[in-house]
Amino acid sequence: MQQEIQANVSGVGPERFEPLKRNSAGSEKVVRKSRTAWQDIRHRLTTNKLAMFGLILMVVIALFAIFAPLFSHYNYFANDLDNVSAAPSFTHWFGTDDLGRDMYVRTWKGAQVSLFVGLVAALIDLVIGIVYGGIMGYFGGKVDEIMNRFAEILYAIPYLLVVILLLVIMPPSLTTIIVAMSITGWINMAWIVRGEIMRLKNQEYALASKALGAGSMRIIFRHLIPNAMGPILVTLTLTVPSAMFTEAFLSFLGLGVQSPVASWGTMINDGVKAMTVYPWRVLFPALFLSLTMFAFNVFGDGLRDAFDPKLKQ
Amino acid sequence: MKPILEVKDLNVSFEVYGGEVQAVRGVNFSVGEGEAVAIVGESGSGKSVTAQTIMRLIPTPPGNIKSGSVLFDGQDLLSLSEREMQKVRGNKIGMIFQDPMTSLNPTMTVGAQIIEGLMKHEKLSRSAARTRAIELLSMVGIPNPESRIKQYPHHFSGGMRQRVMIAIALACNPSLLIADEPTTALDVTIQAQILRLMKDLQQKTKTSIILITHDLGIVADVCDRVIVMYAGQIVETGTKWEIFRNPQHPYTKGLLRSLPRLDQRKGEPLVPIFGTPPDLIQPPKGCGFCSRCDEAMRICETDVPAPTSLSDTQTVRCWLQHPLAKSPNMAEGKGASV
Amino acid sequence: MVRYILNKFIFMFLSLFLLITATFALMNAVPGSPLQSEKATTEQIQQNMKEYYGLDKPVIVQYGVYLKKLAHFDLGISMKKRFQSVNKAITRSFGYSFRLGIVSIITSVVAGCVLGIIAALYHRKFLDNLAMILAVLGLAVPSVVLAPLLQYLFSVKVRWFPVTGLTHPIDYVLPTIALSSVSIAFIARLIRSSMIESLNAEYIKTAKSKGLAGHVIVWKHALRNSILPVVTYLGYLIANVITGSVIIEQIFGIPGMGQFFVSCVIDRDYPMIMGTTIFYAVLLVASRFLADIIYVLVDPRMRASAGKAVK
Repeated sequence: MQQEIQANVSGVGPERFEPLKRNSAGSEKVVRKSRTAWQDIRHRLTTNKLAMFGLILMVVIALFAIFAPLFSHYNYFANDLDNVSAAPSFTHWFGTDDLGRDMYVRTWKGAQVSLFVGLVAALIDLVIGIVYGGIMGYFGGKVDEIMNRFAEILYAIPYLLVVILLLVIMPPSLTTIIVAMSITGWINMAWIVRGEIMRLKNQEYALASKALGAGSMRIIFRHLIPNAMGPILVTLTLTVPSAMFTEAFLSFLGLGVQSPVASWGTMINDGVKAMTVYPWRVLFPALFLSLTMFAFNVFGDGLRDAFDPKLKQ
Repeated sequence: MKPILEVKDLNVSFEVYGGEVQAVRGVNFSVGEGEAVAIVGESGSGKSVTAQTIMRLIPTPPGNIKSGSVLFDGQDLLSLSEREMQKVRGNKIGMIFQDPMTSLNPTMTVGAQIIEGLMKHEKLSRSAARTRAIELLSMVGIPNPESRIKQYPHHFSGGMRQRVMIAIALACNPSLLIADEPTTALDVTIQAQILRLMKDLQQKTKTSIILITHDLGIVADVCDRVIVMYAGQIVETGTKWEIFRNPQHPYTKGLLRSLPRLDQRKGEPLVPIFGTPPDLIQPPKGCGFCSRCDEAMRICETDVPAPTSLSDTQTVRCWLQHPLAKSPNMAEGKGASV
Repeated sequence: MVRYILNKFIFMFLSLFLLITATFALMNAVPGSPLQSEKATTEQIQQNMKEYYGLDKPVIVQYGVYLKKLAHFDLGISMKKRFQSVNKAITRSFGYSFRLGIVSIITSVVAGCVLGIIAALYHRKFLDNLAMILAVLGLAVPSVVLAPLLQYLFSVKVRWFPVTGLTHPIDYVLPTIALSSVSIAFIARLIRSSMIESLNAEYIKTAKSKGLAGHVIVWKHALRNSILPVVTYLGYLIANVITGSVIIEQIFGIPGMGQFFVSCVIDRDYPMIMGTTIFYAVLLVASRFLADIIYVLVDPRMRASAGKAVK
């Protein structure tokens, strides 16, 4: 440690002791290129293999749901009475059900219903949740307390009971299911938005905007909501599978969409009854329901990890 | 003074997304028995990593102790098994952390957290450990220790929690106390109290102290010797008098210039050190401080300076100590004529 | 503390009252008389029945009568199964659901915690990945799919377990798995992330710096702080089990409350629907209330803030 100065280190000549010439900004220059927050998030998301797999799965299922029924020469309600409960074959790729309807087309019709319910329910939750939660979080105080109380009381009412009760008085249909799910579904989103807004509203940029005379609505929608986007997106993605599950659940019980419209829930219900003899009739809707829920779940997880890397470390 | 701790050629790095951060790069220092040493540097200088490596608290992975040894009482801590290391931690070496708000377990009473270590190392019975815990609490200046011992951390203020942390760290009379930024999270008035307490306890117990801080201002009260770290390396060491009165490294000088002094003339500005520390994923080839140094020379960019001894106690790592850098024509800034 | 509990209690009551009122309103909003579907009845019989069910009185009086009966834990009389009281029907079917529910809740908590702890301890290693893949599958495969699958594989194909019924202990295996899979997955993920957070907390470093052994740190310091989220989840866990039981009982032919509830809904047996809804609601709201109280008891910080709310 106590080395003497090595005056004759190879290449150490007097010229190397000249003062370093550099522009004054030199010390401020950034050594390594740094990424923006959004680039970081995108990087974390795209390098997450499972999440990307989920995304691809989502897209593929959505494409099939839209196009497969269009390009098949069967339709979802036509009966092929020569081929009742037929096994999968070249004519009927996924086989047929007990009324001779093509399972391939019905499975993708079911996907339409499932995705439609999931997406619409999630969007309704999003809109109500953002407005309600945004107001709660931004104004705080009495407004927050009263609105929060209301949400809490509503939340204490079991979700499924509300759905089933509504189905008792409204005709079973997709609209009923979506309305029923939206009655309590938005609360979670509202709380997430509220929490985020409360956290963000006291940060400098919101205060600065306020000091510059921006109105409440402008601050909420221009500054706070965009910055709360992470948790909102994650909740949105994870709402879809739970709405899809509820639809399948209700349809399974015969409280959802009615025949001849196909839904994964009703198809599973039909299939279970004949499961021992015609297992494929339950296999395909069950498989695709699970795959879709899996895709949304893993993508939602990936999104959460991308936004909040602390959890993954 | 017989050294109780000798750190030799320590290299520690961390795997992060984007590469490997070489947080500690060839650190050598020793701490004598009963001596108080300060390690000073800004965040990211490797001082905390050094401290946590001594205690073997670096999680591996992502951390990786690449080479070096930490001799404590002649025993290399880095070669001990985890079980053997547990007998050292809390028993022979105590540690205090930066944020007293998070360093105590919120769901356990303060007493339980002190007693734990005592029961493990001193093999005390629960009641004996309890009595000792009460003694410790009163030793660190907590009033009503008998009732406080049953309370949870959230009943204590920040300063009081740090006192509890000191009690925990000193519970088994360790021969070395590592304090990692013990006052950074505290109010200025509380800072002084905690430092005074540490100093008093050190004089009473003859414990050696390593005080890690980014604040040169608090060093003078407590420590005998100062180690200045920058970009994972030690750039200067010396007694506190040497460092305060005769700093040699431009970084040390810069640190001192950015500190308010009593003899400062009115209106005289504090001088900050401009720029940011280098990225330790790609550490600079030459001196780490080169990019921010006003006196940098061409050699500073390409070669790492070797340590130069200025006295028995003061060592500095800087090319300015090189005889060629001190030649008169260099001082005029004209460049050497051949 | 007492005030906090009282507060929560009043709150619980308010929710229940609101739900009862809403249920009552909904049931009365149905167009037409609930008795209309009864076939082959004369005017006189219709009239008698209306009187019997109190339907001849104004709605508000009916509401009052209903509340009064509720206060005496009387849920009314079925409209479809002649003269059968709702109470009796619930007690008869609830036993099955209760036993299955308890077994599932215990399974969920135990399996979920074990899986989550293992995943956290082997963070980013093989066991963690395995546990988390299992958890994602648990979340992705809904009971509507899992129950028939289990039944097909283990009852129909290999015949290890009976297809339906709930009498012998072995009968519980498949329904319990199907009923708890989602909760196990959820709890496992919850425990894992809170455990990882705890393990990275500063106080764990303190515990290590005291020289405590690894297992002491995990069990005494980390787990205690990680278990808290599970307590808050208990309320939802019970809701999950109730929701799931509706499906599971259907598939495994268990004559429990879930199956009973669905048959009431399909029959449009209003007093039965109301009775079961209210019964479920009480169960759920009470369990959430319980979870709130347990939470305060477990977390000393909450105890303090609950105490502060008093002052």
